[in-house]
Parts: sequence; structure tokens; C-alpha cells
Amino acid sequence: MESLSNKKKVLEQKPLNFAERMYLPAIVKGLGTTMSHFFKKSATVRYPEVEREFSINWRGMHSLKRDEEGRERCTACGLCALSCPAEAITMIAAERKPEEKELYREEKYAAVYEINMLRCIFCGLCEEACPKEAIYLDGPIVPSDYLRKDFIYGKDKLVEAPLEVK
Amino acid sequence: MDINFVIEKFVLVTALFAISLVIAMYSTYAERKVAAFLQDRLGPDRAGPFGILQPLADGLKMFMKEEIIPSHASKWLFMVGPGLAMLCACIGTAVIPWGQDLNVDGRIIPLQVTDINVGVLYIFGVVSLGVYGVMIGGWASNNKYSLLSAIRAASQNISYEVAMGLSIIALLLVTNSLSLREIVEQQHEWRWNVLYQPLGFLIFMVCSFAETNRAPFDLPECETELIGGYHTEYSSMKLGFYLFAEYINMFVSSAVMATLYFGGYNYPGMEWVATQVGPIAAPLIGTAVLFLKIFMFIFFFMWVRWTIPRFRYDQLMNLGWKGLIPLAIANIVITGIVIAVKNF
Repeated sequence: MESLSNKKKVLEQKPLNFAERMYLPAIVKGLGTTMSHFFKKSATVRYPEVEREFSINWRGMHSLKRDEEGRERCTACGLCALSCPAEAITMIAAERKPEEKELYREEKYAAVYEINMLRCIFCGLCEEACPKEAIYLDGPIVPSDYLRKDFIYGKDKLVEAPLEVK
Repeated sequence: MDINFVIEKFVLVTALFAISLVIAMYSTYAERKVAAFLQDRLGPDRAGPFGILQPLADGLKMFMKEEIIPSHASKWLFMVGPGLAMLCACIGTAVIPWGQDLNVDGRIIPLQVTDINVGVLYIFGVVSLGVYGVMIGGWASNNKYSLLSAIRAASQNISYEVAMGLSIIALLLVTNSLSLREIVEQQHEWRWNVLYQPLGFLIFMVCSFAETNRAPFDLPECETELIGGYHTEYSSMKLGFYLFAEYINMFVSSAVMATLYFGGYNYPGMEWVATQVGPIAAPLIGTAVLFLKIFMFIFFFMWVRWTIPRFRYDQLMNLGWKGLIPLAIANIVITGIVIAVKNF
């Protein structure tokens, strides 16, 4: 049948000529190809010491943000947990005491906030769901570990370091 | 026999043994590095600076692994196999002249364990014994893949030994000697045999690739067809011995190629260098040159391995029997005619 696209190419298999049957020219050519790679820059990134550059919208480890006065922004509304398709987030809310005004921005805050990094798929929906701009996936690559329990990150690992007063 | 002679030989043998082992050890590292560089990678770089402790880590791993002898294997032969492979690989270094005679306080110390007048034949004997380790290992494993691999190794080695022997005959026509020492002495300065026997060298090199079971002729170990080949059932240091023996073989055959065709410890301008540095240092420089040549060959072995895909078995046999043997015979005839015309 005739080809409609007209892109079909019929390849003719010619018998090898003498030089091709000798193998050697092809081998020499191949050796040249591999040798040219010998001097090329290696594509490897020595990971733990060197990190490759990520794009600006790359999603890494979560961090719980503070506001400009150093108070935790999270109000434990639970929208992030609700939006999470992997069910990785859980939290326990608590009421702010009057003397904790400098610590938490809203009257309600997360006493416990846990993300299971083994469940998390780094989709970024929590970041999108958050009405308080409290959670961002702007951290580094989540490091590996040996035990499952060590992958459940609490507030100690998630909350941003407090602002330094200058 | 005086005691100094015994001590000299003992030191030389021990040194050679140690050197072959260290070179084999670092060949495994070099192989991985060369492979990595040829593939735009870095290779092992975690153990020590630039990963130079990697062979030690690998060796330690080999020793610590559980040793399994299959219940259906022939125990005695199973244990003999790797030892034999190792032994045959190591004794090849005995006849290679590693340098000119050292003259220490009037005492002449040859840098060669023994200069037997049939050195070339000795090398051949050792090389063909090498396949026994593979065959015994493959047979004793009582595993069909190992056995297939052993058969492959045996037939491959026999096929390529013929062409190798024929290529050597042409060389012997040129050198008129079977003693490796004399062959090297004749190649003084730049009169290397490769200039007189380029085709013979090519055949010899291809055959030594096949004899050492290196790619592209590593059919006895092709994972895709034969799992691991003859060492499928081997574990721990027995497996290590097989892998090690391959690298020692590579070292020895590089040394043989350098000795037979590339002038051994000879290099252009060696006379002039000898007058400059004196009688003690000159032979040592020659030895260094020999080792440089050996390392170049080892690098070439690795370079080829990471360039050329494995031959198919029928292609291997075709190349051996229909390609190399007629070529080697033609080489003998041409060499003979040229020599006859020159002497006429």
C-alpha cells in the first residue's frame, strides 16, 4: 500500500564492504568517540557536598513561617491537612494564653504540628490551601534516615528559626 | 649456589608477587575510574581521597561475605578452581625481564627471576593452563550455566591460542630466539619488534584479549546469557580470586606484549640517558619505562572494554578461525620471504 505521509524510507541492506568486514576502522572510530568523552566534564553532582541548582518553583522540605515580628503564623485551621492528598499532615490546636502574645500571631495556634515525610508527595497543595501564608515548601531535600519514626517531622524541625534582633 | 643468589631471587619473587597483586588491586579501581570517565561520570570517590582506598574496601567486603559452597558441587574441585586460576596468573611474571642487570658493588643482579631459553613457550604454557581454573570452576559448580561458560572459555582459548602461536612464530623468525631476555636485548633503543611485525602484533593483541577473557571477547562471563558465567556459584573471596586472576592476567599479558613487541625496558635515547645518570639509575629508569608501557596497555584493555560491545559466539569463532589464523599464516609466509630475500 502506498504511504500517505510519504515519510517512509526503505532501507537497503548492503553487504559489508572489505573495510567494514575488517572491523578495525569501526573500532578505531569507536575508540575515538569514547576517548572524546574521557576529557568531557562529568555530569555527576557530588550530592551531599554539592547540590544541583533547583528551579525557583522547586518544592522541598516544608517550613512553618513566622511573621515580621517573629510570631508563628499558623493558626491550626487544618486546611493544609484537609487539602493534603497523601494525608501526611496532622496537628493539635491550642488556645493562646495572654502571655504568649509574642509567640503566636492568632488566638489559636498549633501545639503539635506533624508532617510525615514518607507520606508527603511534595505536591504543594498545603502551601496553596494555607490562608495565613504559614507553610511553604521552600526547604532543602528531605534527608534520608534509618527509622520510620524519624521521618515524622514535628515543629522542632519545621518552624523557621526565630528572627534575629539586631 | 651461594646464599646471596637465594636471597636475591627470593626478594625478586616476593617483590614481583606483591607488585602483581597491587597492580591487580588497583586495576579494579582503574577500571572503574576509566569506565566512569569514558561515560562522563566520576567513579568511586568516597573511600579516601579520589577513592584510592576503594580496592581495600572491596577486598574487605569480599573477605567478609558469606562463603557458600553449593551442596551439589564437587567440593574439592570447587575449592581448587580459584586457586588454580590465581596460581597460573601469578607464575607468568617469572620469565619476563623487568630491567637491565643491576650492578651493585661489582655484583650483577639480573632483574629477571629466571632466563630460561624457551621463555616464550613457558608463557604459552602458563597462559593455556590459565583456562583450567575457569574450566574446573565451571565444572565443579555443577550448574548448567557455569558449565556452558566453562566450555565457551575452553573453546575460545584453544581457538585463539592457535592464532597467537602462529603470530609468535613470525616474531621468532625475526628474533631467532625464544629467550625473552634476548628478544628484549635485540630491541635496543628504538628497534622495537612492532615496527617489523605490525600485523603480528595486531593478531597477538587481539588474541591476548581473548585469552584474558576481556571484552569484547568476555563471552565466558556474559551476564545476559550465562548469569555470571563460570563463577555463578562462587561467593566471597573465591569469587574475588577469579576476578583478581583476570586482572593479574591482564597485567601479565600487557607485560608480555610490551616485552615481545614494544621493546620491554628499551626506549629511544637510553644510551644517552645511561651516560647521564650512571649505571645504577639507568636500569631502574628502564624498568619504569617498562611499567609505563604496561600501564598503557592496561589502559588500552580498559578503553576497549568500554568501547566495543561483546562479540556473538559465532562471530568470535569466525574471527578466530577464518580471520586471524589465515592472516597469521600469511604473516609467517611474508616474513619468511622477506627474511630469505634479505639474506640471499
